[in-house]
Amino acid sequence: MTGTLAAVGAGLAVIGAGIGLGQIGGKAMEAIARQPEASGDIRGAMLIMAAFIEGAALIAILLSIFIQ
Amino acid sequence: MKQFLLFFSLLLSITMTAQQHDHDHSGHDHSGHDHSGDHSDGHSSHEVNDFATDCGSPAKVIHHEGYDPAATAIHHISDANVLTIMDLIRIPLPAIIYNKDRGLELFSTGKFAAGHHDSGHYGYKDYVLYEGNIHRITCDDFPSTDKFEVEGFDTGHALSAEGKEIEKRYAIINGRGYHIEQKTIWDGGLLGGGVTSFYDLSPTKNVVTMFIVALLIFLVFRSVAKSYNRNDGQAPSGLQSLLEPMVVFIKDEVAIPFLKHKHKKYLPLLLTIFFFILGLNLWGQVPFLGSVNVSGSLTVTMVMALIVFVITNINGNSHYWGHIFNFPGVPWFVKMILTPVEILGLFIKPLTLMLRLAGNISAGHIAILSFVGLIFIFGKAGESFAGSMIGTGLAIPLTLFMMAIELIVAFIQAYVFTILTASYIGAAIEDHDDHH
Repeated sequence: MTGTLAAVGAGLAVIGAGIGLGQIGGKAMEAIARQPEASGDIRGAMLIMAAFIEGAALIAILLSIFIQ
Repeated sequence: MKQFLLFFSLLLSITMTAQQHDHDHSGHDHSGHDHSGDHSDGHSSHEVNDFATDCGSPAKVIHHEGYDPAATAIHHISDANVLTIMDLIRIPLPAIIYNKDRGLELFSTGKFAAGHHDSGHYGYKDYVLYEGNIHRITCDDFPSTDKFEVEGFDTGHALSAEGKEIEKRYAIINGRGYHIEQKTIWDGGLLGGGVTSFYDLSPTKNVVTMFIVALLIFLVFRSVAKSYNRNDGQAPSGLQSLLEPMVVFIKDEVAIPFLKHKHKKYLPLLLTIFFFILGLNLWGQVPFLGSVNVSGSLTVTMVMALIVFVITNINGNSHYWGHIFNFPGVPWFVKMILTPVEILGLFIKPLTLMLRLAGNISAGHIAILSFVGLIFIFGKAGESFAGSMIGTGLAIPLTLFMMAIELIVAFIQAYVFTILTASYIGAAIEDHDDHH
C-alpha cells in the first residue's frame, strides 16, 4: 500500500487534535455554564484556540499528503 | 438520539470497510509508486504501455479498470484551464503561456475540445490538455501543427536524476507516446513539480471564479450602500438586513477588541477579507458550478496570508519589533533562544493562516467527494447496478450531512481568518500603555 506510514502520521495528528479540541470544547461549555453572561467572549476565545489546534493538525495532514 | 448515533456509526463502519476493500483492490489495479522495478511482474496480467523513450515510443490507449477514490478527489479539487458545469457545458478560458522558445502565446482552451475528465481531444502546436491542465510536449522531432488529434493519455514510471521513481505522463498521438511536461508551479519545484519548459499565466477557473465573486460582492455592497443613503434613519430592508449584522459583528467582535481605537483604519481590510473568503467558500459549496476549490487552493490562501504578513509588519511599531529582537526583561542567554523562536513565529503565523483555510476547505471537498465516490465503490465502477443503488442510498444522506457541516465551516473559517488577522495586526500596533 502506498503511503501507509504517512497515513498513520495523519491519523496520529487527528487523534491529538481531537483530544485538544475536546478539551477546549468541554472547558468552554463548563465556563459558559458557570457564567452565561460571558458566553460571547468565551465562544470567541474558544474558536481562536480551536483554530490554532486545527492549524497544527492540518500542517501534519498536509505534510502527510505531500510526503509519500 | 442514541439510535441515530448507532445508525450513523454503522454507516461509518460500512464506509470504512468499503474503502478498505477498494484500497486493497487499487493496489493491484494501478501501477502505484510502491511497485518498484523488481515487483513489476506482479501485475503482468494487465496490459501496460512500455514507454522506452520519452519521444515517440509505440503505445496504445489502455482503459484502466477500477475506480481510484483518491485520484478522483484530487482531480476534482485541482485548478483547471476549462470551467466545466456538470460535465456537459465546458466554458473555454483564455490561455496565456510563456515558453522559452516562442515567448508569449495567447489562445483559447476551446482549441483542445475538452471531453470527459477535462482531457482534450485535440492538441494545439505542442500543447495538450490533460485532466484540465495544459501540458507541453517537449520533443524536438514532434510534428507540431495547429490542430492534431490526441488519442488518449497514460502514465508511465521513470527514474529521476536523483534515483527516485517518478510518475511521467504521456499523450498518445498517432499510436505513439510523447512525454508531456507540466507547467512550472509557484513553489519553484519544492514540492516535486520542478522548473519546466513553460509557464502558464492563464486565468484558470479559480481566477475566473475569484473575479466573479469579487464582482458579486462589489455589486451587492454597492446596492446596500445606496439603500443606506435612500432610507437613512429607517429600519434596514432587503439585503441590508442580511449584511448589516455581519458587518456589525466583524466591527464589534473582531475589530474593536483587538485594534481598540485604531480599528477604523483596518476595518475595511477585515471586512474585505471576511466577505471575500466567505463568498469563495460558499461559491465552492454550490455543486456543479464549475466545482471550484478557490479558498482551498494553497496559491490563493498564500497570497492572502502574504497580504496579511506585509500589512502586519509594515504597521508594526517599535514595541512590536522590540518584543521580537530584544525581548524586554529577559537575561541574554534566554534571548539567544527566544529571538530565533520569535523570528520563526513571524513566518509561522502567516503560514498557518494559509494552511488552515486551504486545508479546511479542501478537506471538506474531499470528504464530500469521497461520499459521492461510495456510489462507484459499491457499484464496482459501473458494473453492478444494485451496488450503485446501495451506494447512492448511502451517499445522499452522508453528503447532505457533510454539506451542512461545510456550510458552518464556510462561516467559521472566514471568521477565524479575519479574527487572526485582527489579532496579528493588533499585536503589531499595540500601544505600550495598553499592554499588560
